[in-house]
Amino acid sequence: MTATEIIAVLDTACGSRIKSKHPDAIDPYIVVEPADLVAVCTVLRDHGKLQFDILNCISGVDYLELDPKKVAKAGFEPHLEVVYHFSSFTFQHRFALKVMLPRWKGDKAGDLPEVPTISALWPAANWHEREVFDLTGVHFSGHPDLHRILLADDWVGHPLRKDYEFPLEYHGIRGR
Amino acid sequence: MGWVEGRFEENFLVTTVEQGISWARESSMWPMTFGLACCAIEMMAVGGPRYDMDRFGAGAFRATPRQADLMIVAGTVNYKMASRVRRLYNQMPDPKFVIAMGACTCGGGPYYKYGYNVVKGVDLVVPVDVYVPGCPPRPEALLEGLFRIQEKVRGMRYLTKGQAVEIPIPSRTGYVQLPPELDDADPVKALEKQIAFAKMNKEKATPTKA
Repeated sequence: MTATEIIAVLDTACGSRIKSKHPDAIDPYIVVEPADLVAVCTVLRDHGKLQFDILNCISGVDYLELDPKKVAKAGFEPHLEVVYHFSSFTFQHRFALKVMLPRWKGDKAGDLPEVPTISALWPAANWHEREVFDLTGVHFSGHPDLHRILLADDWVGHPLRKDYEFPLEYHGIRGR
Repeated sequence: MGWVEGRFEENFLVTTVEQGISWARESSMWPMTFGLACCAIEMMAVGGPRYDMDRFGAGAFRATPRQADLMIVAGTVNYKMASRVRRLYNQMPDPKFVIAMGACTCGGGPYYKYGYNVVKGVDLVVPVDVYVPGCPPRPEALLEGLFRIQEKVRGMRYLTKGQAVEIPIPSRTGYVQLPPELDDADPVKALEKQIAFAKMNKEKATPTKA
């Protein structure tokens, strides 16, 4: 199935939930609201013509230009994206889905933006979501066991955020 | 040993206890199995038949720190691992030696600037005896590191190194220590003092026109 056909199927199944469609991108994708994520993912997995039975990866992307001179040319507003890649063993096709988020929930620094978990649909999402939480700081609400997966439990901050500041010291060990 | 030479029959060897113990110790440096990252592959090569660390008595990789004399820290140490490295080091019996193998353990290596979770040198966590640079070092380089350790053992004049069981972490801070006249509790003021000092030095250094 091509990306256009997949989007057409999604359109009939849950058209109102799709915010924007990008079938011509290198990785064709659609954008959905966080609130609609679980509903759209259920269609992706269970629809007879789609059958996306594997979740390849979940990525968190931080869009932020720190250099004030380059902000005008950057071409994006500061925001976070969570990208889901799916593929199907049955039909040998693949697709991507994006969720746009504010960098902080309600623009209050320190409050992590929230996305519903999809670990009930694909168990593989469990660890992927923990990694995204650990490194980019996205809170997956409803996750069964959301804590850091790579860094130590008492780590402060989320290192793959563009405005992350390196620790000078960690438990008495010099940082830089 | 001049006065005992030729006094005994053949096949009779004379040495000092000190030399004897050092010889026995240097010929049986048992390393700990301690691979953290890619350098471990090179360490395994050294243990294998082509480079064969066992020729020098250091081929018995022990799976427990309590039977090991030598810790070859092979690979990147991150903050999560640092406390474990320290713990393993503390568990080794007294004359214990550490080889920092590879650029990462020598001083952070490629992760020095942007590695948010990498310890900038394992010497911030445990005292290091020999540094083996390289990314990763050649097996011959690691063997050379082992020889330096053996040299150290040969030079030992006491049975133990007298190391305390618990050394506070870290044994050095690594921060630049400023002389008291240039330091200040307020970092901005300290910086101003340093800039003024640098300026004064520069003016002193400029030759006066004759």
